[in-house]
Amino acid sequence: MTLVGWLQIGLILGLVALTARPLGLYMARVFSGERTLLSPLLGSTERIFYWLAGVEPDHEQGWLAYTSSMLVFSATGFASLYAILRLQAYLPFNPRHFANIPPDLAFNTAISFLTNTNWQAYSGETSMSNFTQMAGLTVHNFLSAATGVALAIAVTRAFARHNAATLGNFWVDITRATLYVFLPFSLLIAVTFIATGVPQTLAGSVDAVTLEGARQVIALGPVASQEAIKQFGTNGGGFFNANAAHPFENPNALANLLQIWALLAVPFGLLVTFGKMVGSEKQGWALFKIAGLVLVGAVVIVYAAESFGNPLLTHLGLDPSGGNMEGKETRFGIALSSLYAVATTATSCGGVNAMMDSFAPLGGLVPMFLMQLGLITPGGVGSGLYGLIVFAIITVFIGGLMVGRTPEFLGKKIESREVKLAILAVLILPLAILGFSAVAAVLPSALASLGNNGPHGLSEILYAYTSAAGNNGSAFAGLNANTPWWNVTTGIAMVLGRFGYVVPVMAMAGSIAAKKKVQASLGTLPTDGGLFVGLMIGVILIVGGLQFLPALALGPMVEHFLMLAGKTF
Amino acid sequence: MLAHIRPAVVLLSLFTLLTGLAYPLAMTGIASTLFPWQAGGSLIQRDGKVVGSAVIGQNFVSAKYFHPRPSATSATDPKDPSKTIAAPYNADNSSGSNLGATSKALIDRVKAGIKVGRAEGWRGPLPADALTTSASGLDPDISPQYALLQAPVVAKARGLDAARLRNLVIAEIQKPWMGFFGEPRVNVLKLNLALDALK
Repeated sequence: MTLVGWLQIGLILGLVALTARPLGLYMARVFSGERTLLSPLLGSTERIFYWLAGVEPDHEQGWLAYTSSMLVFSATGFASLYAILRLQAYLPFNPRHFANIPPDLAFNTAISFLTNTNWQAYSGETSMSNFTQMAGLTVHNFLSAATGVALAIAVTRAFARHNAATLGNFWVDITRATLYVFLPFSLLIAVTFIATGVPQTLAGSVDAVTLEGARQVIALGPVASQEAIKQFGTNGGGFFNANAAHPFENPNALANLLQIWALLAVPFGLLVTFGKMVGSEKQGWALFKIAGLVLVGAVVIVYAAESFGNPLLTHLGLDPSGGNMEGKETRFGIALSSLYAVATTATSCGGVNAMMDSFAPLGGLVPMFLMQLGLITPGGVGSGLYGLIVFAIITVFIGGLMVGRTPEFLGKKIESREVKLAILAVLILPLAILGFSAVAAVLPSALASLGNNGPHGLSEILYAYTSAAGNNGSAFAGLNANTPWWNVTTGIAMVLGRFGYVVPVMAMAGSIAAKKKVQASLGTLPTDGGLFVGLMIGVILIVGGLQFLPALALGPMVEHFLMLAGKTF
Repeated sequence: MLAHIRPAVVLLSLFTLLTGLAYPLAMTGIASTLFPWQAGGSLIQRDGKVVGSAVIGQNFVSAKYFHPRPSATSATDPKDPSKTIAAPYNADNSSGSNLGATSKALIDRVKAGIKVGRAEGWRGPLPADALTTSASGLDPDISPQYALLQAPVVAKARGLDAARLRNLVIAEIQKPWMGFFGEPRVNVLKLNLALDALK
């Protein structure tokens, strides 16, 4: 670790902290239906959309109708994306004449983009046409992000309202999220990306003749427009196979700065939005501190592990001062690769600027653990906020048990029904991750996909299901995930992680919205102070993390000690 | 349920038109006006021919050129489409090695790389990037240390003064933004173009 490295990390995180409040307050205005700077420009488009869709913007929905709208919208998106993938050979903008995508891969990819996971079992530049990338994948980059934010705003309203039967209108929330938040920022980010060297063209590729006379085919495409929403919507599905490590997605350190800012901006900003909408900005900042502290702690460990270099290579004579450079790009170095790895797994982005599979054992453990905590530090756009609220409820419940009082959060009494639903949601992750991993670890057809032997092979399996169930999308990419087993099981894990999680959370929100707000008394545990911040971090690490420790001990931890002992596989 | 279907279908269609076609096509139009060079892939031409992209690495094997980092990219085997063969710097199929820290394949590859490098004339400490593959397999840059390690080898192959090549490398080092943000690096294609332009 170097001081210069920390300065780079500090600059990016400082920018995220600086922009969180203005962005968060802007989003609070957007989702409260207030006028914003962009209303004169977009108001008429918004009204035309509602009119064509038959949506009455003032008609609010209860939790069940809101959730049903979300599920129907997601199912429609799945059907349309699946069709585009299966039929891309007959569709326009296919300059390289890519074939239709086979059924299992199309199933996996459609679910992946619909659930904001953006797990990629395909290689973009060798299989997806420009039409698929734009009208298929880019669209769901926007809409899955808007869906996540809409759900989080609905849960937020549950705490903001008294005795309420409704949580808002799903159609209005996704429309406003897309028109007022994701689209305008994506325009600005995309133009900046292009200026730094990200291509934006309808050409499929260009041929070069190298200085040595060899032919080099350079894949191109409308990269910048997808890259912008990929980051800003914490989607993470790259245009190219190598994702944001590809020089066309992320050409230099400045582009990298924008990449990391863009993927952290909305998840952190939404914590401010939450505080504003529930009438306690301080509560939003408490969640901000919880997420920020875990994230910074994770950066320290990853940066230290990667700076140390690979002792097995140092032994061969490599200068360890360069750090562990296998699977990393020269222009980012160790500091910016470590920060990216943490930022992308602390959110549900899942884009990578270095190959996670080649990280040091402990450097790869931390991203996996961050996802297993439930992707809540600060998590994906929207999904991170409602995940944090679930953990806040579990924390006040545990705090209430310790002192023997009825737990409250933001003036709402937390009772048995809410706690049961919160726990039900939290249990989905270990079920999907450990359940599928246990089967895959003994199934020969699953094991044939492994790219590494020894404990690192187990890490590849664990990472795959962790990433899928957490709706993250990054990978230990040595695993060949494009087989029927992996396409189908990771697809199911993604569905469980998104919908199996959010349906109980929405039911919980419905029951909380219906409660009256009680005044805080002397017996109320304050939920916006340092004590709560510390308690909640503890609950996240123990309730969220403990169940995964045995599996992690057999994978990355044992690999770390075997590496120090000089063992290879 | 029917009440949910109309808004779902209509909004999905409208947003497909807006975010899936209007947005990327508008960006393509803006890009070709404001930043045509970057939008087209930052292509470098010499004598009117495209020799590569400024941001994409390319393979160099001759001792007369500076070499990039090892690359793990592959291509379809022309003899058997179900197999792949090593194809360094295949800009049509980006990929890292994805080998873990305790991988025997990684250790063996680095050992072999050191042997080749030493035989070519590398003297002194071995910078990490000289023997490790990048994440994309298309890294356009190498560290200044790796470029300097190669300078005497290239100088000998070209019959040039080693000190002159050292100075060329130093002149080609791109410094971090504002002195601290990013890593110091040398773009291999630009360095080799500068090398060809010497005399």
